[in-house]
Amino acid sequence: MNLTAELAAIKDEIRAYAIDYGLDFFETIFELVDYDEVNAFAAYGGFPTRFPHWRFGMEYEELSKSYSWGLSKIYEMVINNDPCYAYLMKSNAMVDQKLVIAHVYGHSDFFKNNLFFSKTNRKMMDVMANHAIRVQRYIDRFGHEVVEDFIDCCLSIENLIDPHSVFRTSPESSEQNGAATNEHPVERFRFRSDKEYMEQYINPPEVLKKQQESWAKEQESKMRVPAEPQRDVLAFLLDHAPLQNWQYDILSIIRDEAYYFAPQGQTKIMNEGWATYWHSKMMTSKILSDSEIIDYADHHSGTVATSPGQLNPYKLGVELFKDIEERWDKGRFGKEYEECDDYREKANWDKQLGLGRQKIFEVRAMYNDVMFIDAFLTPEFVMEQKLFAYEYDAGSGYYHISDREFQVIKQKLLFSLTNWGQPFIFVEDKNYLNRGELYLKHRHEGIDLNINEAQDTLHNLQKLWSRPVNLETVIGGKKSLLTFDGSEHTVKELDKAEPVKAE
Amino acid sequence: MPHRIEKDRARFRNIVRGRIKKNLKKYITQGELIGRKGKELVSIPIPHINIPKFRHDPRQAGGVGQGEGEEGTPIGRADGTEPGAAGSGPGEHILEVDVPLDELAEMLGEELELPNIEPKGKKNVVSDKSRYTGISQTGPESLRHAKRTFKRALLRQVATGTYDPRNPVIIPIREDRRYRTWKTKQEPEANAVIVYMMDVSGSMGEEQKEIVRMESFWIDTWLRRQYKNIETRYIIHDAVAREVDQETFYHTRESGGTVISSAYKLAKQILDQDYAVADWNIYFFHFSDGDNWGEVDTDECLKLLRNDLIPPANLFCYGQVESPYGSGQFIRDLREHFNEEEKLVLSEIADKEAIYQSIKEFLGKGR
Repeated sequence: MNLTAELAAIKDEIRAYAIDYGLDFFETIFELVDYDEVNAFAAYGGFPTRFPHWRFGMEYEELSKSYSWGLSKIYEMVINNDPCYAYLMKSNAMVDQKLVIAHVYGHSDFFKNNLFFSKTNRKMMDVMANHAIRVQRYIDRFGHEVVEDFIDCCLSIENLIDPHSVFRTSPESSEQNGAATNEHPVERFRFRSDKEYMEQYINPPEVLKKQQESWAKEQESKMRVPAEPQRDVLAFLLDHAPLQNWQYDILSIIRDEAYYFAPQGQTKIMNEGWATYWHSKMMTSKILSDSEIIDYADHHSGTVATSPGQLNPYKLGVELFKDIEERWDKGRFGKEYEECDDYREKANWDKQLGLGRQKIFEVRAMYNDVMFIDAFLTPEFVMEQKLFAYEYDAGSGYYHISDREFQVIKQKLLFSLTNWGQPFIFVEDKNYLNRGELYLKHRHEGIDLNINEAQDTLHNLQKLWSRPVNLETVIGGKKSLLTFDGSEHTVKELDKAEPVKAE
Repeated sequence: MPHRIEKDRARFRNIVRGRIKKNLKKYITQGELIGRKGKELVSIPIPHINIPKFRHDPRQAGGVGQGEGEEGTPIGRADGTEPGAAGSGPGEHILEVDVPLDELAEMLGEELELPNIEPKGKKNVVSDKSRYTGISQTGPESLRHAKRTFKRALLRQVATGTYDPRNPVIIPIREDRRYRTWKTKQEPEANAVIVYMMDVSGSMGEEQKEIVRMESFWIDTWLRRQYKNIETRYIIHDAVAREVDQETFYHTRESGGTVISSAYKLAKQILDQDYAVADWNIYFFHFSDGDNWGEVDTDECLKLLRNDLIPPANLFCYGQVESPYGSGQFIRDLREHFNEEEKLVLSEIADKEAIYQSIKEFLGKGR
């Protein structure tokens, strides 16, 4: 910590307010840095060290350029770690520093208490530094190009993880070793009949044969690896891909970091909303001096500004939290309120419950963005906030507003948040066609993949798997199989004649 | 700490440059991306390097936004400025990478494996070049290095304890003064003149001219790297030839027949007037669709080439652009008559893709 005496005093003051309000945070360490350092930290996702990779350089270049052209500037940055680390920019005015400090305590409280962060490593600072050293060692040993190329491939599939897997306690491999397996296959399906002459009516031989065949098929699929479709493709590759030791290590580094960052993607709206809620609460009711009001209002409105094409997570989050607080203060929830038809009565509904504060603390602990929107987005809120759905119009080449209907908007919003708006991909088979080919399946939910990009991704995946890789998806309504065999891409329409059981 | 990110940044920049190298063919055919602005800098928008991932087709996905507007109000274009979905990071980036022209030429050279040009025998033409090379304690006051001088003074004052941080006055004395020094080097000087000739007869369409424009841009870039002092002259011709400025050269559309000899005569005239053969490296680039008017004129051209244009030149390059109207006979005539002539380079340019190969043919000899 290198704060000036003045800043240190302010920090202590704000910290005391935060505790008064009931925030429960990791001890937070503030570092005073200049713009160049803040850009470097930001490029590294907030960390002082990351493994060497051009992607961070790219981020840094973009940040520095946009900073030096005055296009953007980083306000706050804080990392989920115990203790929390946060950065204050030297050149910021005092009122900005206050805002950032208050905001950061909001984040720190969220990190500590939100369920979805509960499985993240709180010593990630150290872990990241270790990762950097390990990767650097491989670079020294095997050469920059080789290692970097491999990292590029890994990053291409870094999103193929299963964020819920961290909450599963028992390993999936608890196979039921049913005694049934010993039974003679034909006997399994034969109905018992005492009368021999009835035998061929009760158990027609062709039906028995069919049943037997389908049973055999089922058994075969049980032999398949993975037994169940597996969403954590990275874990699957770690277990089954022919990787060298260093490659194994790098892939597991990428996977660890992906899991560390996953909750931040899952709770972006809530997290920013929560922090914004608290900075505005503390700033306006406790911290600000009269002379700072204007500057504060200016910067705060910048934080929550909206532009037509973009949802501002700060804005949406803070407004929803405020809405929830008001609803629970006034008792605007539950059966009675829902069933009330009188618009005027609803508008003046106030049962003076005062449960708002308690409710938002509960929400910040138990919800993620998808659940948050699903549970608390109301038609009134959508109207008040002027939310709309947009679609792409191939004719004009523009995105345009398509709908202001509550259900449509909610659906779209939820879709864009589920799995970070990314497609669900599962590993189905590691020995497809009995030729050691990898078989992935895209769970199509109405929206096609970007096919060119998917093929490039398969290309990278193939480098890890070394045998051909396949992806089943739907293109323009037709079930298709993308294949890359190491030298050539093919797209094949999958046979419609196949039994429907695949669905 | 910044040291570490600098390494990553350097890496990224190298990749970006590497990307240019790898995709140079594409860049050459996207001439409109490359302009010459101000101080020899061209801005090439380089897309953010997007690591491929399994992603939805953004055009099908749509999303949710916030603000005023009726149904149907457009909110953004699909190319690059697409609206980001909630919770997603910033959308697509266009990163402006400034590549100095010099560097661009270098990449071109590397990619096309162009040899450096050995200027023809004028190594005796030398000129004196002065360069600041160091710092000394004596020198003319006009060359006093203020910053260094004050630095010395500050050092001395701190060392002797006469520096007061509350009143930081620095007074240099005689011993503190530092001056720039220079060295004179003799450098061989090579001058070059490029004469561009273009057929603007009716059969040369917009596309053909576009090809010529791009190709001459790259030729220009390369030769400028090879020679310190370069002059360019432009000739357009249909049935008659005239000298024009660069702007006109690229934008004129004439109609009418093609008399190539008219251009060659004008080129000879320019040469005789302004460029002494002994002092100049001379380049001719002639672009046409090869549909010359009559065999008589072709004979005239051949004579001019043989006697007046090829002998003094380093290179005479004839590029024949494919056009739906032209017979393309001219290149065959040249081929027939100058089969042995090393200084005459012929190239057929079928389309934009062929520019790359054509440049290589023209400049690949290192003359």
